[in-house]
Amino acid sequence: MAVPARRPAAPNRIVPAEVLGWGVDAEPDNDPTWPMRDRAGDPGPHWPRPALQRTEVKILQSIEYARRPAVFGTAVPPRGLSGVVRRAAFRWSESSWLHWLLLMGADRVNVIEGVADDLAKARIPNIPAEMGARAEWAHNRGGLFRKIAVAGAAAAVIAAAIRRRRV
Amino acid sequence: MLAMDYRGPYRVRTTDKPMPRVEHPRDAIVRVTRSCICGSDLHLYHGMVPDTRVGMTFGHEFCGVIEEVGAEVENLKAGDTVLVPFNIACGQCHFCRQGLYGNCHEANPAATAVGGIYGYSHTAGGYDGGQAEYVRVPYADVGPVKIPDWMDADDAVLLTDVVPTGYQAAEMAGIQRGDTVVIFGAGPIGIMAARCAWLFGAGRVIVFDHLDYRLDFVRQYGPAEVYNFREVDDVVVFMKKTTDGLGADVAIDAVGGDAKGNALHTLFGVKLKAEAGSAIALHWAINSVKKGGIVSIVGVYGPTGNMVPIGNVLNKGLTIRANQASVKRLLPRLIEHVREGRIDPKAMITHRVPLEEVADAYHLFAAKLDGCIKPVLIPNGGR
Ligand SMILES: NC(=O)c1ccc[n+]([C@@H]2O[C@H](COP(=O)([O-])OP(=O)(O)OC[C@H]3O[C@@H](n4cnc5c(N)ncnc54)[C@H](O)[C@@H]3O)[C@@H](O)[C@H]2O)c1
Ligand SMILES: [Zn+2]
Ligand SMILES: [Zn+2]
Repeated sequence: MAVPARRPAAPNRIVPAEVLGWGVDAEPDNDPTWPMRDRAGDPGPHWPRPALQRTEVKILQSIEYARRPAVFGTAVPPRGLSGVVRRAAFRWSESSWLHWLLLMGADRVNVIEGVADDLAKARIPNIPAEMGARAEWAHNRGGLFRKIAVAGAAAAVIAAAIRRRRV
Repeated sequence: MLAMDYRGPYRVRTTDKPMPRVEHPRDAIVRVTRSCICGSDLHLYHGMVPDTRVGMTFGHEFCGVIEEVGAEVENLKAGDTVLVPFNIACGQCHFCRQGLYGNCHEANPAATAVGGIYGYSHTAGGYDGGQAEYVRVPYADVGPVKIPDWMDADDAVLLTDVVPTGYQAAEMAGIQRGDTVVIFGAGPIGIMAARCAWLFGAGRVIVFDHLDYRLDFVRQYGPAEVYNFREVDDVVVFMKKTTDGLGADVAIDAVGGDAKGNALHTLFGVKLKAEAGSAIALHWAINSVKKGGIVSIVGVYGPTGNMVPIGNVLNKGLTIRANQASVKRLLPRLIEHVREGRIDPKAMITHRVPLEEVADAYHLFAAKLDGCIKPVLIPNGGR
C-alpha cells in the first residue's frame, strides 16, 4: 500500500510507515467505509479551490472551519433579536450544546418576529390555513373537531380562572 | 416568483419572493417543474433543526429546466432538463473527491459536520430550496444530471433523494447473500431500502411501521414481511424470536428523529428537544441486530445528541454506518435500475399538489392523512 504523501511531519509526529507491521493487513474491501470512500482520488487537505463567492450578506461561520467554504446560501440574513442571538451562538463550536441551544432559542424568537413583521405590513397571518386546516377538514374532520374542542375547553378553563380571580 | 415560506413550527405558506440570481460563476438558475416534500422536511416543519429561519424556502428534491448558467458552467445550457441531487457539492474537495458528495467542505459555512443541502436551514448552508418556481443551484457543473429522454419526470424527481437514500441505506448495511435485513420505517426511504436490500442479495426483508397503509404498500412493493410495531409486545423480542434467537444480520433506521412508539423519547426528543429527536427506532435497530452485525442509519437526527444504548453497540461488537446519501455517486447505477425496471420510483407518489397549496400538502404528509406516501408539489402549473 502506498505511503500517504505528507509535508514534513512535526518532530514528535509518528510516521505510520515506520511503525512495525504498518499496513500488512490493509485490504480495501475490509475498509468499513467501503464503498462510500474512494480514496484513490483523494487530494488530501489541499485541493484546488473553487472561485470564492462574494457577498454583502452576513454569513455566520462555524469556528471549526480553517477558512470559509467557497460557496454558501444567502437566504434570510440574521436580523433583529434572533439575529443577535444567532451571532452570539457562533462563538461556540458545533461540539458545544450552548451553540445549538442558542440557535434553537433564536428560532423561537424568530417566529414571534415573523408575526410582528406580518402585522407591520398590515397582514394578519392566517394561521389555520398555514397549518393546513383545509387538508385537516377534508381528511381528518374528527381530529379537527377534537382539536377545536380541546382548545375551547382550555379557553373556558382559563376564562373561568380569570373570572374567579376577579371576584 | 412564488415560493414556499416557513413561518414557524407547523406553519408554512406561499409568498412572492425575489427571483434567485447567479451569485457565483458556477451557479445555475433552475425553473422548477416538480418538487417533493420529504420526511427530512418534516424535521424542519416540526421546528427540530437549529437555525431554521422564518422566511426560508424549503425543498431539496426537485427537477426542472435550466433557465440561466454562470460563466464557469460549461456542461449545461439554458433549456436543458435536469434532476438536481439534494447535496450541494463542489466536486473537488477532500471529501467530494472520495465520492462523499453528501459531505462537501466547500458548501456550508455554518457547520463542518453537515454538507450543503438545498432548503435545509442555515445549519445546512442557508440555501433557499426548490419548493418554489425558481431556485439557485450552486456548483451546477457537478450536481445536476440531464434527464434522459426515456425517463418520466416523476421518476427523475425521486432520483434526487429517495431512491439514492434507500439504496445507500442497503449498501451501507453491507448486506451479504442470504442476510436477514430489518428496516424501521415504511416511509418512502424505508420502502426504497426494502426494494434495494434485495438487489444486494438479502435473504429476508422485514419492515416495521405503525401505519398499516404504508405496510400494505411495502409488502407488495419491496416485497417485504411487514409488522405493525404497535401490535407486537416488544419489537426486539419479536425480532429475536423470528431469527432463532440471534437477531437480524443488519438493521436499517429509516425513521430518524420523528420516531413514534416511546413516550420517554417523544417527551425528551420531540416535545422538550432535550435530545436531538426521538431515537427509539435506532434503539430498536441496535438491540434487534445480531452480535457482530451492522446498523445502517439514514434517518436524520439533530446535531446535539441522543439517548441510544451505546453500551450494547460495544458489547455486541456492532458496526454503525451512516450518512447523507451521496446522490451523485450513485446516480449512474440507479438510472440503469430504473431503465431496467428493477426500481419503479413513481409508484410511490400518492399526491400531486399545486405549489399554492403547500400548507395543506405539508399537513397531509406530516399527519399521514389520506393514504399519503409521497407528495409532489407542482409549481408553474407543471410546465
Ligand atoms: N440520509 C439521507 O440522505 C436522507 C435522505 C432522505 C430522508 N432521510 C431521512 O429518512 C427518514 C425517513 O424519511 P421518509 O421520507 O421516509 O419519512 P416519512 O415520515 O414519510 O417516513 C417515516 C416512517 O417511519 C414510521 N415510524 C415512526 N416511528 C417509527 C418507529 N419507531 N419504528 C418504525 N417506523 C416508525 C412513520 O410512521 C413513517 O411511516 C427521515 O428521518 C428523513 O429525514 C435521510
Ligand atoms: Zn429528501
Ligand atoms: Zn466538495
